[in-house]
Amino acid sequence: MRALWGLVGIIAAVVCSMAIAAGIEGSAKRSGFDFMTPETQALQADDMSNPGMLWVLQGEQLWQQSEGRADVACAGCHGDASQTMRGVATRYPAFDEATGRPIDLAGRINSCRGERQQAEPLTPESDALLALTAYVTHQSRGMPITPAIDARLAPFRDNGRRLFQSRIGQLDLSCASCHDDNWGKRLGGSVMPQAHPTGYPLYRLEWQTVGSLQRRLRNCMIGVRAEPFAFGAPELVDLELHLMERARGLRVETPAVRP
Amino acid sequence: MARALVNVPKAARQGEVVEIRAMIAHPMETGYRVGPNGINIPRDIIRRFACTYNGEEVFSADLFPAVSANPFIAFTLVATTSGTIDFTWTDDAGKTQTASAEITVG
Ligand code: HEC
Ligand code: HEC
Repeated sequence: MRALWGLVGIIAAVVCSMAIAAGIEGSAKRSGFDFMTPETQALQADDMSNPGMLWVLQGEQLWQQSEGRADVACAGCHGDASQTMRGVATRYPAFDEATGRPIDLAGRINSCRGERQQAEPLTPESDALLALTAYVTHQSRGMPITPAIDARLAPFRDNGRRLFQSRIGQLDLSCASCHDDNWGKRLGGSVMPQAHPTGYPLYRLEWQTVGSLQRRLRNCMIGVRAEPFAFGAPELVDLELHLMERARGLRVETPAVRP
Repeated sequence: MARALVNVPKAARQGEVVEIRAMIAHPMETGYRVGPNGINIPRDIIRRFACTYNGEEVFSADLFPAVSANPFIAFTLVATTSGTIDFTWTDDAGKTQTASAEITVG
């Protein structure tokens, strides 16, 4: 991976000389799935081989488990997730009244854990939080991404777009330099996808585990030698908002597999 | 709480060769990686996987540090009689995790 990002510098020169395109519209939109090898696609497509299903399974168990001082399970309030959580992930991040800001799905789950179950919050990238998020998102698998139309989200989504288009890091590249202007081309051994958040949390072969969208975004920031935003940072949630809007209409794949 | 996915056909014909697949969530930490504190992360791997068919061992495998995280094992069995197929994964500390599935042979 280090070697791969070493190549970024060389490619940066090429990228910098290109004009900023206007984003990716309609039928040109492709999930990262479409850029993978047939072998990796097969791994994702078969629930019995997809390692991400191990986290979905764990999430299903956690869903039933009583927690916290309230001694109540997610199921105690939300019942059968296949009914009550269907479609929920397609419209996150959503506006959170309590903080006056957008909150992503993992954040919402943690707020239920803290306020409703009165339990300690789960740490970012912990197996338990990833498992619950994967389980809830899995209930929307196959459904199109349909971000909420909520005027209160607009300034945060705009900030997300601004971040996506801003050059950062020692390599002075924006997310758009790679994902809008050069998708489909190779960066070392990897094909540059369009950066659609269709499959998160997902199993990344390189990680040998399941990770969140925020982990992926931090990886891309580190890749251009920028200081990554901390897990849970408002900027990451704003970026997530923008990415979901950009991916509108693509289908949820969770748990996806990526190289 | 075992996090394992096992795939055994629900039904098979007598004498049929069936594919069995088993995957378990496990970091398979090699012991060679260095943690952020500069100290080696202790080795923690699944050492042995075994499958029994109505109590009799029909497949086993020794695993080593080079095996990836969340090991996935697929193999075939001859379906002889209806019964239970049990799976056991044993780690470095000798701790076991188990899963099982039923097969009906007609
Ligand atoms: C130098 C080019 C480059 C830049 C700049 C970059 N990325 Fe990426 N990004 C990649 C590559 C390459 C991959 C695929 C990695 C792989 O397959 O191993 C990727 C993957 C992703 C994915 C995963 C898509 C999927 O299918 O799961 C997302 C989301 C993403 N990037 C978002 C971003 C965001 C947001 C930024 C800006 C903060 C950014 N990227 C900056 C090259 C880049
Ligand atoms: C004591 C009852 C209670 C428990 C326990 C509880 N929740 Fe909630 N949850 C709620 C309520 C009430 C809402 C609606 C809050 C709102 O709209 O502001 C909610 C909202 C949610 C949402 C957002 C739904 C949407 O349509 O936007 C998700 C996701 C969620 N909970 C997941 C969980 C998970 C996962 C757990 C277990 C870790 C859990 N909840 C435990 C009561 C509970």
